Amino acid sequence: MAHTLTINGRSHSVDVDDDTPLLWAIRDNLGLTGTKFGCGVAQCGACTVWIDGQPVRSCVTPVSAVEGKVITIEALEGKEAAAVQAAWDSLDVPQCGYCQSGQVMSAVALLKENRKPSDRDIDLAMNGNICRCATYARIRTAIHAAARTLEG
Amino acid sequence: MTAHDLTLSRRSLLAGAGGLIIALHLPKAARAQSAGSATFAPNAFIRVAPDHSVTVLVKHIEFGQGPFTGLATLVAEEMDADWGQMRAEHAPADVKLYANLAFGVQGTGGSTAIANSFDQIRKAAATARVMLVQAAAQAWKVPAGEITIEKGVLTHASGKQGRFGDFAEAAAKLPVPENAPLKQPAQFKLIGKEGVVKRLDGADKARGKTKFTIDISAPNMLTVVVARPPRFGGKVASFDATDALKVKGVVDVKQIGSGVAVYAQGMWPAIKGREALKVVWDESEAEKRGSAELVAEYRALARTPGKVAGSHGDAEAALAKAERVIEAEYVFPYLAHAPMEPLDGYLEWNAQGALARFGSQFQTTEHQTIAQILELPPEKVQLETMLAGGSFGRRAQVSQHLAAELAMCAKAIGPNRPVKLVWTREDDLTGGYYRPLFVHRMRGAVKDGKIAGWSTSIVGQSFILGTFFEQMIAKNGLDSTMFEGANELPYEISDFHCEVHATKVGVPTLWWRSVGHTHTAYAVECFMDELLQAAGQDPVAGRLALMGKEPRLAGVLKAVAELAKWTGPDAGNGRARGVGVAESFGTFVAQIAEVSVGEGGEPKVHKVWCAVDCGIAVNPDVIRAQMEGGIGFGLGHALYGELTLDKGKPVQTNFDSYRSLRIHEMPEVEVKIIASTEKPTGVGEPGVPPIGPAVANALARLGQGRPRRLPMVGGIA
Repeated sequence: MAHTLTINGRSHSVDVDDDTPLLWAIRDNLGLTGTKFGCGVAQCGACTVWIDGQPVRSCVTPVSAVEGKVITIEALEGKEAAAVQAAWDSLDVPQCGYCQSGQVMSAVALLKENRKPSDRDIDLAMNGNICRCATYARIRTAIHAAARTLEG
Repeated sequence: MTAHDLTLSRRSLLAGAGGLIIALHLPKAARAQSAGSATFAPNAFIRVAPDHSVTVLVKHIEFGQGPFTGLATLVAEEMDADWGQMRAEHAPADVKLYANLAFGVQGTGGSTAIANSFDQIRKAAATARVMLVQAAAQAWKVPAGEITIEKGVLTHASGKQGRFGDFAEAAAKLPVPENAPLKQPAQFKLIGKEGVVKRLDGADKARGKTKFTIDISAPNMLTVVVARPPRFGGKVASFDATDALKVKGVVDVKQIGSGVAVYAQGMWPAIKGREALKVVWDESEAEKRGSAELVAEYRALARTPGKVAGSHGDAEAALAKAERVIEAEYVFPYLAHAPMEPLDGYLEWNAQGALARFGSQFQTTEHQTIAQILELPPEKVQLETMLAGGSFGRRAQVSQHLAAELAMCAKAIGPNRPVKLVWTREDDLTGGYYRPLFVHRMRGAVKDGKIAGWSTSIVGQSFILGTFFEQMIAKNGLDSTMFEGANELPYEISDFHCEVHATKVGVPTLWWRSVGHTHTAYAVECFMDELLQAAGQDPVAGRLALMGKEPRLAGVLKAVAELAKWTGPDAGNGRARGVGVAESFGTFVAQIAEVSVGEGGEPKVHKVWCAVDCGIAVNPDVIRAQMEGGIGFGLGHALYGELTLDKGKPVQTNFDSYRSLRIHEMPEVEVKIIASTEKPTGVGEPGVPPIGPAVANALARLGQGRPRRLPMVGGIA
C-alpha cells in the first residue's frame, strides 16, 4: 500500500508493503543511496538516519511505523554537521568509507545533544556503529575536534 | 557448473596473461582516442584534461587501504602537480596494460599496490611531465630546460606561465619519450611528507556521496538474492517457488549453479521472496563435520609426521636431551572477513556484449569467468571496478565464485535485463570462504637461559593447492600461505623443525588480511615469549639477542620499545605490557600492547605502540591509518572473532553473534614510522599479525596465561 514519508523536507508517497524497512524505501524507492545496508538487524549502524532528530536504525524500522520527519545523510546540514564533516576531512577518518554515513549521522546527533562529549559519552553514542576498518581512534579524535570547533 | 566447482583452465588463463610481460613497460596511449581529443593521455595511467585536472588510472582496487591516494601522490610528485588538481579512478580490466607486476595478472592483494606501482607509475608521470614541458617550450619558443614546474604551474624565466591543461592538446601530439628522468629522493616534495596530501576518496565518503556497487540502479534492473545450501557442498534437490512468486515485487525465480535465485524489484521483495521459497537440499555430499570434530582431528594429526616446511639442526635430538620440554597447542577458529559492504555485483548483457560493475579484486580471472559463462568473447565483456566497502581478502576470490554467480544470475534471467546481485549479512557470514581453522602444536626447550630447540606442527586447510594459484604460490606441493612466518623464524635457534599437514575439508576457505601470519605470528610470538619467560629473559632484550640476522625487524622492535618507554612487562596499576613482532609482505612491524583485565574478566587493551618499517614511506598518514586499522581488525578477531561450524552449519549469522570490535574496545594507538631508503612495501596487512600475541603476552604477565585457543573471549568450539 502507499505510505507517505517526509524525507529530507519533502513528502514522498511510496507504494510498498507495510513491513518494508525504511532503509529499502529510502534506497530502492527514493534512490537515496547514502544510507547503507550492513546487517539488517540493527547491529552495525550503517543504516542510521534521523527521525525527528533522533538517530534510528532504518533497517529495522518498518515504513508503517514512521511518523516523524526523516533526515538522511544527503540532507545533513547545520553547524554541527559542518564541524563533523570538516573534522572527518581534516583527520582523514574514512578508509573503505561504507560505514561512514552512519558514523557521521550518529556523531552529528551526539553533538546536537551534547556540545562537549567525554570519551564515555562518545562510547555510548557511537558503539552501535561498527567500522570493520577500525577507524575508531580517528572517529573519536574527530568528534572531539568538531566539539572544539563548535565551542568557537 | 556450480560456483564452487568453477575453475578456469590454466591454459585459458595463461593465454590471457601471455602478452603482459612485454607490455609492462609503459604502455602507449592505448585509450587516448576515447579520452577526448583535448585530453593528454601519454600512457595507460595518466590523463591530463583541459580543465587542468590530472586523473590517475589506478589498477589496484580501492577499498580503504589508500591506493588511489598513494598512486596519485607518486604521479603528483613526478609531475610537480598541485594536490588540488589530482583525481583517481579505477583502471578498466585489461591485463596487457594493468597487470599487477607481482602476479602477472590484474589484481590486488598481498599488500602489493604501492610496492609494484612505485616505479611504474612514477615513470608514467615523469614521461607526462617531459611532454608537457616540451609542449610549453614549443608554444613559448624557449628551451625546455629553462621551464620549471611548481604546484601545477609551468614557468619560464621570461615570466611566461601556464597550467597543464593549457598544453594538454599540444602534448598529446608529441612523440612519447623514452627514459624520462625520475626525481631523486632528496627532491621529493610529497613522498614521505606530512600533511601535504589528503585522501582523494575521503570527502565524498564523509558525505554519503561515494557510489558503491550496492548503490547502482538502472532502468528495468532486478535485485537478486540467492538461496544457497545450508551446508557446504549441498545442492538443490528441488524447489517450489509458488509462494515466493506471490510476494509483491518478486518477478522470477530461477535455479542457478550456486542455488536458487530470486529476482525482484528491490531488495526487500527479494528477501521476502527468498523467505517464502521452499528448497529441498541434497546434502549427500555436504560437509557435516563441525568445528569441534575438526579440532579433535587436527590435534591428532599434529602428533603424526607431516611434510617438512623448514628444518635446520636437529630439533628432536635437542628436545630429547632437554630437562624440560615446554609444549603449547594453539587452536585458531574459522574467521569471516565480513566487509561492511557485503558481496554484490551488477551485470547487464545481451548478444552484443556485457558490462559488469563490482568490487573486483582479481579483474583478469573474473573478467574471463564472466565471458565464459555468458558465452561471449572476452573483448565484448567490460568489467568496471567499483569502490568497495572493505574486503580483507574476501573479494580476492581464487574460485571467482561471486563473478560466476553474478553471470549465472544474469544468464538465467536472459539478455537485456540488468541484475544487481546482493548478499545479505547472513549470506556473508554463513557463505564460507573463511580464514581456515588451524592447529599449531609447538614444543621447545630452554637451557642456560637460551632456547635449545623448537619444533612445530601445523594443521589446516590449503585454499591454494589444486587451484590456478598453486603454480604461483606453492612449492613442492607445499602451500606457503599455511606456514609463512612459522617455517623460518627471525630468531637464531640452532635446532629447528616445522612440519605441515594440509587437510581436506569441504568448507571453502580463503586468504584473510595478512593470510598465514594471522595464525603463525600468534603461535610463534606467544611461544617465543613463553620460552623467553621460562629462560628468565626480558621480552624485548631476549628477542633482540636472537635477531642478529634481522636488522630491520630488530630496528622496529628497538623503536617500539623506545616509543613505549619499555622498562619490562609490568606496567603497574594492574596493567601489563606484551610484545609482538612480525615481518609480513616485506614490511616489518613491532607492537607493544598495554592490557588489564576489564569488565567481566575480558581483556581490556588500553594502548598499543607500533613501529613500522615499510621502506620509503609514501603517505605517512595512510601508513598510520593502516597500522591503526590493522591493529583494530587483528584485535577484534583475537578477542571475539569466531565462525563456528555445528555439524557443518555456520553458527554465527550476523553481527549479534559474530562479534566485531566496537569503538569502546579500540585502544589508543601510537605509530612510529622508521625512516628508510629501501623500496616501499605494503601496509594494508602487516599491522594485523603482531597485535594478538602482544595482547596474549601481556595477559600472561597478569597471571591469565597466554590464551591457547582463539578467540580470547567467549569461544564456543
